[in-house]
Amino acid sequence: MSVQTIRNVFSVETGYRLSDDQIVNHFPNHYELTRKDLMVKNIKRYRKELEKEGSPLAEKDENGKYIYLDFVPVTFMLPADYNLFVEEFRKNPSSTWIMKPCGKAQGKGIFLINKLSQIKKWSRDSKTSSFVSQSSKEAYVISLYINNPLLIGGKKFDLRLYVLVSTYRPLRCYMYKLGFCRFCTVKYTPSTSELDNMFVHLTNVAIQKHGDDYNHIHGGKWTVSNLRLYLESTRGKEVTNKLFDEIHWIIVQSLKAVAPVMNNDKHCFECYGYDIIIDDKLKPWLIEVNASPSLTSSTANDRILKYNLINDTLNIAVPNGEIPDCKWNKSPPKEVLGNYEVLYDEEMAQSDGSDRDLRSRSGQSTGTKGNRGRDSGKPVLTTWK
Amino acid sequence: MLEQDGGLSLTIARIVQRLKGSSLHSQLERQARISLHNPEIKLESLKEDIKDFLKTSGWEKKLQNAVYSELNVFPSPCHPAAPPEHMKEPLAYMRKAQGSWEKRILKSLNSMCTELSIPLAQKRPASEQKELLNKWNEMGTDEPDLSLFRPVYAPKDFLEVLMNLRNPNYENGEQPSFRNHLGLIQVPLKVKDIPELKEDFSELDLNIGQLGIDDSAQVPPEFFENEHVRIGQKVLAEQDSAAAQQYVRQGCPTALRADLWALILNISNQPEDILYYEQLKSNVIQHDLLVDSLIYKDVKLTASNDDYYFVFEDYLYQVLLCFSRDTSVLEHFAYSSATPPKSYIQGKLGIEEYAVFYPPNGVIPFHGFSMYVAPLCFLYHEPSKLYQIFREMYVRFFFRLHSISSHPSGIVSLCLLFETLLQTHLPQLFYHLREIGAQPLRISFKWMVRAFSGYLATDQLLLLWDRILGYNSLEILAAIQK
Repeated sequence: MSVQTIRNVFSVETGYRLSDDQIVNHFPNHYELTRKDLMVKNIKRYRKELEKEGSPLAEKDENGKYIYLDFVPVTFMLPADYNLFVEEFRKNPSSTWIMKPCGKAQGKGIFLINKLSQIKKWSRDSKTSSFVSQSSKEAYVISLYINNPLLIGGKKFDLRLYVLVSTYRPLRCYMYKLGFCRFCTVKYTPSTSELDNMFVHLTNVAIQKHGDDYNHIHGGKWTVSNLRLYLESTRGKEVTNKLFDEIHWIIVQSLKAVAPVMNNDKHCFECYGYDIIIDDKLKPWLIEVNASPSLTSSTANDRILKYNLINDTLNIAVPNGEIPDCKWNKSPPKEVLGNYEVLYDEEMAQSDGSDRDLRSRSGQSTGTKGNRGRDSGKPVLTTWK
Repeated sequence: MLEQDGGLSLTIARIVQRLKGSSLHSQLERQARISLHNPEIKLESLKEDIKDFLKTSGWEKKLQNAVYSELNVFPSPCHPAAPPEHMKEPLAYMRKAQGSWEKRILKSLNSMCTELSIPLAQKRPASEQKELLNKWNEMGTDEPDLSLFRPVYAPKDFLEVLMNLRNPNYENGEQPSFRNHLGLIQVPLKVKDIPELKEDFSELDLNIGQLGIDDSAQVPPEFFENEHVRIGQKVLAEQDSAAAQQYVRQGCPTALRADLWALILNISNQPEDILYYEQLKSNVIQHDLLVDSLIYKDVKLTASNDDYYFVFEDYLYQVLLCFSRDTSVLEHFAYSSATPPKSYIQGKLGIEEYAVFYPPNGVIPFHGFSMYVAPLCFLYHEPSKLYQIFREMYVRFFFRLHSISSHPSGIVSLCLLFETLLQTHLPQLFYHLREIGAQPLRISFKWMVRAFSGYLATDQLLLLWDRILGYNSLEILAAIQK
């Protein structure tokens, strides 16, 4: 079901009610996570709440940056936070920022700026009254551009990972083992002369496939296991494990952030496409979450992957191929997981406290980082083979 | 007895000769001189004290590694009086076959040259040089017109030549029968059978832990993996080549592999090595060779389309273009059955003073050549180190996969080994494939020539190459297919 249809199904006006044997593939207010501005808003709120509670997760370092929860680049909503943005911009006038329309996908409408003059039209016009609100079509977010991405073979890439959520309260999510990396066809350069060249900066296949060097056989895609092999061979096992653990952490935290506001309708499940970028210090950043990740395929391998993805997703959401009953407890047996692995199961984490010993296997120190497991549970599986 | 001693002293003399001119020698001298300032060194026991000092400071280990490396690379001379051709290849008919194969390749290259009216080599104009220098890191985006170029030969052409190889002194009086004429290779070379292989490759026995099998998710790491990793780290700390070679027979942990291979191949990426690579790079910039286009074409045809290796396309150009200009590669022809092709300056055909080796490193690339380099890109991302590792792998192993020789690691022996093993142990499969017109060697030949690169997933390929390094032999390629 498309997002448009979901909107209709759940809208108050139609008065449509889903019956017990109907399961749909979106949550009614998924946009809390999948719209770029709402995602950032929810994560900021979540962080402030943790800080207020005094949770060790919200611990900050000497520069005032969150130690464990700093995984989204500095972001502002435009035009609402324009003045705040200008203040931040002036602190680092040589920085580059990326403008993204809130409601669009496939890289449409994205551009990079490094001068305030380039976004003049989003500034709050002081002459107009403050009640003037732009229509949501023109709402943009502006984020600090990660201009030091990890490069392999000189090219920028990002990670596309699939995460299936069957329920938000208690949170139960699964991560698809076969994610992939999307490479740009052109060598990366942070030089200002190439800021307009989208083939250098945006990894969306929808954009790259129009490039001169796009190759239809491999489609510029690498498997995550290739990435793992490369990083382990060139950087070592510990930092690679740490990177992947941090990626899992980011995903779980982002889901926890929106869990309180999500309408946890028992008829719903959802498969998200997470976009993650790794910088050259091997720190992962959450770029965005997609509610309708592209299920079309650009290459033969791709088709196989997506076919299996859909197959495994449906196996978990509706086990045994029987007529679904939304009242079931949403705990699929291990055998149907297919290529999915349990990322986080709140029920299990709360009842079973011995999981945290698994951490030592992944080579992480159990110093201060160990604390973050204690209060809010942790991913069940921390290392991938 | 006398001959054996003679052989040993010859070997020692040769190694000393080779090491004498090397940078290691001058470094050792310098270290010894510096150590004279040490208070522990006393005049009375000068020689002993310096030796001790070298031992404790790790220099002796470096010397050991260098000697070990030389032993690995150069075969021991069979007889003090043997002529140099015998070191290359003892069997005369093999030498002849290799010679005529080389003539064929060179002829093909020359005719392509005249057809397309492109010189074998020419100096680049200054503007082109500058352009290439700017584009050095992204030569993959260059789109020269390569449609008229064809690879000089492909593995299947080579297979045809091997199939027609016959020993003129060997008269097989028996009628063609099930026992002798089933396979494609009809040369009477001695190859090992299973009991011998089992002994040689004893570390691959079922009772001994292997990475790639015993470290899978179902096996708890305490059984084998953890201990193996610990030993690996110890070997690296000791910097011992011989130990490393022994160690990798059970597979390398991915994080340690790059360093272990460098240790086995005795590559340390000294400043002079980096300088040498830069020199090669400037040679590439200044002169344009016909083989460059062949290399471009090969990369575009193979690695660029490969799911695993397309990312590293630009590295492949940087390595292969420099490789074809590296004259130090010519040294390996002393123990290879091949001879580097010669070319003559225009108009002086046949006159020896005007002969040069072409390409400068004597190796003409064939279809799939770039796949030798591609898996290494997963391990090394610094071009000069990547280059040296590849060059060393080539002069130790890969050259045997495309030259005709009787060496047990040569492709002829590998083919024969494969066919024999298959016939002996899976005769039904062998016979069936023959019946349906699919000689098994035709299928597996291209796998072996490329050392499985491009045919196996990279992580498994690297485990296979671990064993090649560990046993210093390519026999595993034939045996693994069973």
